[in-house]
Amino acid sequence: MTTGQGHLMIKTALHAGRIMIENGSEVARVEDTIHRIAINAGYPDSKVYVTITGMMMSISGEENAQIEPVASRSIDLEKITQVNDLSRQFAAGTIDLPQFEQQLTALEAHPRYFPFWLQLISAGLVSGTLEVVFRHNLPDFGITCLIGLVGWAIFYGVNRVARVRFLSEFLAAVGIGALAIWFVNLHLGNSVDDIIIGSVMPLVPGVPLTNAVRDILAGDLVSGIARGIEALMSAIAIGSGIAMILQVL
Amino acid sequence: MITNLIIDLALTYVATVTFGVLINVPRRGLNVGGWISTVSFLVYRLCLMLHTGIALANLVGALLIGILSMQAARYKKMPVINFNIPSMVPFVPGGQAYQMVKNFALGNNSLALSYLLQVVVIAGAIAFGFLLAELFNRLQARLMLKLSSRWRHEHRHNPKL
Repeated sequence: MTTGQGHLMIKTALHAGRIMIENGSEVARVEDTIHRIAINAGYPDSKVYVTITGMMMSISGEENAQIEPVASRSIDLEKITQVNDLSRQFAAGTIDLPQFEQQLTALEAHPRYFPFWLQLISAGLVSGTLEVVFRHNLPDFGITCLIGLVGWAIFYGVNRVARVRFLSEFLAAVGIGALAIWFVNLHLGNSVDDIIIGSVMPLVPGVPLTNAVRDILAGDLVSGIARGIEALMSAIAIGSGIAMILQVL
Repeated sequence: MITNLIIDLALTYVATVTFGVLINVPRRGLNVGGWISTVSFLVYRLCLMLHTGIALANLVGALLIGILSMQAARYKKMPVINFNIPSMVPFVPGGQAYQMVKNFALGNNSLALSYLLQVVVIAGAIAFGFLLAELFNRLQARLMLKLSSRWRHEHRHNPKL
């Protein structure tokens, strides 16, 4: 039978791994962190299998494998960084294993986000600035900011109610397309194309896309392909929303 | 021309930092990400001015983002994705992707396909740039391992080295 210490180590390592995967980390980083936790807890010979929907871990030669499913996925780089910091503190010996586990639970219970108004303003600025960088259309800067802000608000609101990322992206794209065409008809903007290009930029699936490439390059083919499909679905949701509006109006 | 470039660089910085806010990058990492993006975008624009073609320009930009992000990650002791994902945003082929969707929706399939090929070329160039950056980072880690005893001590548990 395994010792209580080994049991706690696997539980903590899997907990840390689950938080990282849930918030958009690539698989190689999770494996690396779990291995480091195991080594620093005094178990240099551990086996771990990580995918983006679940992970398994055992200490070699003992009957103590545990499974941790990953049910939900979102994007929050702050949590990944905090788990990374905790792992570093554990390696340096400033916290012990029970404290580590306790802090992971606290981290999940009290997430730290930027306030919603700041997110809205940021979404507007991402849209407006990128519209100018891509299309050099300075007169439409303000209107793109406004529509990008509304688009993000739709995305955020639908995501809260429905909890389906693809649906929120689709509806946000439809809203952005409709608003852009309407405002140009009212002569508040010059180019429908430029306004739409800028306004959908906050919705671009940058994290899944980058992680898909990194996972495949690192040899985690299962997770890389799954993430690639996730990014593709987001792109299709945004694209079909825009295409639908362009055909209707 | 120069004024345009300066405006674009300033806006690139703003876009990177604000995109960082949207994906909840920790506050202490936002500024560095913005600078990485601005420098890479400047080099990308210089490449375009030298008529290297859009694929090579994107490759060089992505390579620079990959290398600088790794240095920032080591310096700030934060995961590298905090820096390279926001920095990549100004390189996304958003214009071409939109033209592709629009032309498919309006039935101009041949025009849409040519935009699709452009998107594929740019995305491929960016992915290859990241791959080369990864290679550079591995080589740098190996070299540091040989040269610096402090580095060797700090990374003695790293299973990758």
